[in-house]
Amino acid sequence: MGIDRRDFIKIAGLSTLLGLGGKSALELLRPGQVEAAMEAEPQALKANRWCMVVDMRKLDEQTAKKCREACHKIHNVPDFRNPVDPKLQVSDEEFVRWQVKWIWTDSYDHAFPGETAPHMEEMIEHLQFLLLCNHCDNPPCVRVCPTKATFRREDGIVMMDMHRCIGCRFCMAGCPFGARSFNWRDPRPFIKEENPQYPTREIGVVEKCTFCAERLAKGQMPACVEASQGALSFGDLGDAKSQVRELLRTNFAIRRKPYLGTNPQVYYIV
Amino acid sequence: MLENAFTGSKRYYGLLAALLALAGIGAIFYARQFTFGLGITGMGRDVSWGFYVAQFTYLVGVAASAMMVVLPYYLHDYKAFGRVTILGEFLAVAAVTMCLLFIVVDMGRPDRVLNVIKYATPHSILFWDMIVLNVYLLLNIVIGWNILECERNSAAPPHWVKILIYISIPWAPSIHTVTAFLYAGLPGRGYWLTAVLAPRFLSSAFCSGPALLILLCLLVRKFSKFDPGKEQIQTLAKIVTYAVLINVFLFLCEIFTVYYSQIPDHLLHFQYLFYGLEGKGRMIPIMWFSIIGMSAAALLMVHPEVRKNENTLAWVCGLIILTTYLDKGLGLMTGGFVPNPFEKVIEYWPTMPEALITLGIWALGFFILTVLYKVAISIKEEVRA
Amino acid sequence: MEDNQIRNEFGNFAEKPVVPKKLYDFKYIGLGLLIFFALVLSPILPNLGKTVAAPDPKLDTPAIQKLAEKERKCVMPTDYMRANHMQMLVDWREAVVRSKGAGGGPVDDRMFVNPEGKKYLASLSNTCMECHSNKSQFCDQCHNYVAVTPNCWGCHLDREQKVTKAETK
Repeated sequence: MGIDRRDFIKIAGLSTLLGLGGKSALELLRPGQVEAAMEAEPQALKANRWCMVVDMRKLDEQTAKKCREACHKIHNVPDFRNPVDPKLQVSDEEFVRWQVKWIWTDSYDHAFPGETAPHMEEMIEHLQFLLLCNHCDNPPCVRVCPTKATFRREDGIVMMDMHRCIGCRFCMAGCPFGARSFNWRDPRPFIKEENPQYPTREIGVVEKCTFCAERLAKGQMPACVEASQGALSFGDLGDAKSQVRELLRTNFAIRRKPYLGTNPQVYYIV
Repeated sequence: MLENAFTGSKRYYGLLAALLALAGIGAIFYARQFTFGLGITGMGRDVSWGFYVAQFTYLVGVAASAMMVVLPYYLHDYKAFGRVTILGEFLAVAAVTMCLLFIVVDMGRPDRVLNVIKYATPHSILFWDMIVLNVYLLLNIVIGWNILECERNSAAPPHWVKILIYISIPWAPSIHTVTAFLYAGLPGRGYWLTAVLAPRFLSSAFCSGPALLILLCLLVRKFSKFDPGKEQIQTLAKIVTYAVLINVFLFLCEIFTVYYSQIPDHLLHFQYLFYGLEGKGRMIPIMWFSIIGMSAAALLMVHPEVRKNENTLAWVCGLIILTTYLDKGLGLMTGGFVPNPFEKVIEYWPTMPEALITLGIWALGFFILTVLYKVAISIKEEVRA
Repeated sequence: MEDNQIRNEFGNFAEKPVVPKKLYDFKYIGLGLLIFFALVLSPILPNLGKTVAAPDPKLDTPAIQKLAEKERKCVMPTDYMRANHMQMLVDWREAVVRSKGAGGGPVDDRMFVNPEGKKYLASLSNTCMECHSNKSQFCDQCHNYVAVTPNCWGCHLDREQKVTKAETK
């Protein structure tokens, strides 16, 4: 043979790379067999742009608590204050660090920092606003995710793919609203009542409110909306006749940090 | 060439053993972190990036600084730097390796890290960061190794190495610019949302990297027969001087914009770092030490007598390394996340496992550095013999 | 050039070293070989002579028993499921979470339509595990045998209800 060892190794290496690369390229480009066999449920709710309107005039602390509990219960959100095994108590500082919350309440000056005044309407100062992911129309978290584990659906929902998340927490740094939580440790020991119909999460992935996409697909309203007894309205901004459009047309509503340009889609009527 | 790494004095082996031991301890704690989760660190829902990403940011700067010795030699024919380019390149290799390791330990799901390649997302800066860092690592390994081998065989380097070198020169500041862009484009983080972040990163890199290189050159001269050269160290010192002056200047520019405009979104972070907020001020002594130390170092470096005396030079370089490390590491991270988007102050401090894993990775990086330097120095000694 | 002289890389002549032929450093080589074979054979030697029971997946869960005899079919035929359930679950995941379905809508497509036209909700916990509610007696049987650890169960709840003899019939 007229080939020397160096050239042989070069050619062998290149062929291996091409072979492996070719195989994976084929696999990546191969169309899924099952894709063609999927369809939406007939009663699934569709929208051009989902939006939530929180009517703070109707939301009291009890109702807010019900909304939070409804959401956290059906989504198996861990409660680090209440471990299943009482020996697993976490300290206060650890609770602040490890807490996972998809929906929670906070006061006006924390929900709308920078928009406070020295003398404000007394009612506002005592209100506990219900806060959650705003499912922004121009979400910075989606911009920064390196794997598209968080992505914006066509109907406006900013979705979380817990299967793909690598836990880099870039989205948490990018969210201006502090809406995202990370699984700093295994959540299962802290879920008192597991809902078997929804998965839990593993360590190392980010999670947040998904506007109950799995309930919308079945034709149901998000859990917090159902539990809110009318204080929360959820609908399609693209539908001129929807309830949310009506509410926004007839009431003054504010959003969190609109000047950042993320276009949040949770409105608050105060 | 690698055989040079296997022959050495007892001191050399002792150093390698100590570094490996530290790396081993780090590995044990990482195994714990892998099973328990990142909750073993001091990070939390509010400060979601901490010590690991701080080290990563600092080390990207050190890696980028290799350009500071390569550029004068290859673009401007500054022949004197021919002795130290390999030291700069090998320092870059060790630094980038440490960066990549810090990213891996910081990930929640390191088993899924290849998702970044499988689901490539060009609009994410982290994707580009991964690419530029890995390419830079490859560039420096290939260039360094080839140039060293050519020097040992007294042959001229092949033409393609020159092309790679010309690519690596703009690539170096670009790795650090991409790292700065990780922070500088996030709308909710006022401390980082400044156009001057990338220039600050670069100026900090170009003073801390060559400062570290000066210290390494002095160590090389002390512990081996190879002398990097007085002139080379003096030129590096001049580079450090200008870079640290620019670094302090850019910091003062930030201070002006933030304090003159009085916008809370930006001001509150500086307030927390330097004066404390809501009674919490863990970072105050660190930040003041960092900025006063850096300014003092800058003013000292301006004086030729300080630079010419290699003793004082070493001390001031050490001060620069420490102050830039504090400013760009913990200062950058904590400043960005505190106060949080709700204007609440939740502080951060690394835990012991976090610190030991960090130390383990530093030890691994210095292990690689020691091995590579041993190879380079042995060959330089051999050639000059 | 004479037989016992060679030219080395620096161009000098040198005496070719005369070395007797024998196996040098045998104690290190032998030790290395011993360690190597010990490591390589370590999974095999302790298990010589033992047999592992063949997988015995149990299909007689209450949910399956409730169905009429001829309706006891999985979403796809058994052969297809045996070969492809892993890929099918991945495809379901992509379609449900990431709206890759060809259903045409902007929202996720969660209904799987099998070749017979029957529709099922594409969900591991809610569809598969509804019928196969005995993970340790069904899924784990084959998975343990071939030493496969699918990582679904870290998140998806398996709704385990073991089948006992009393529950069948």
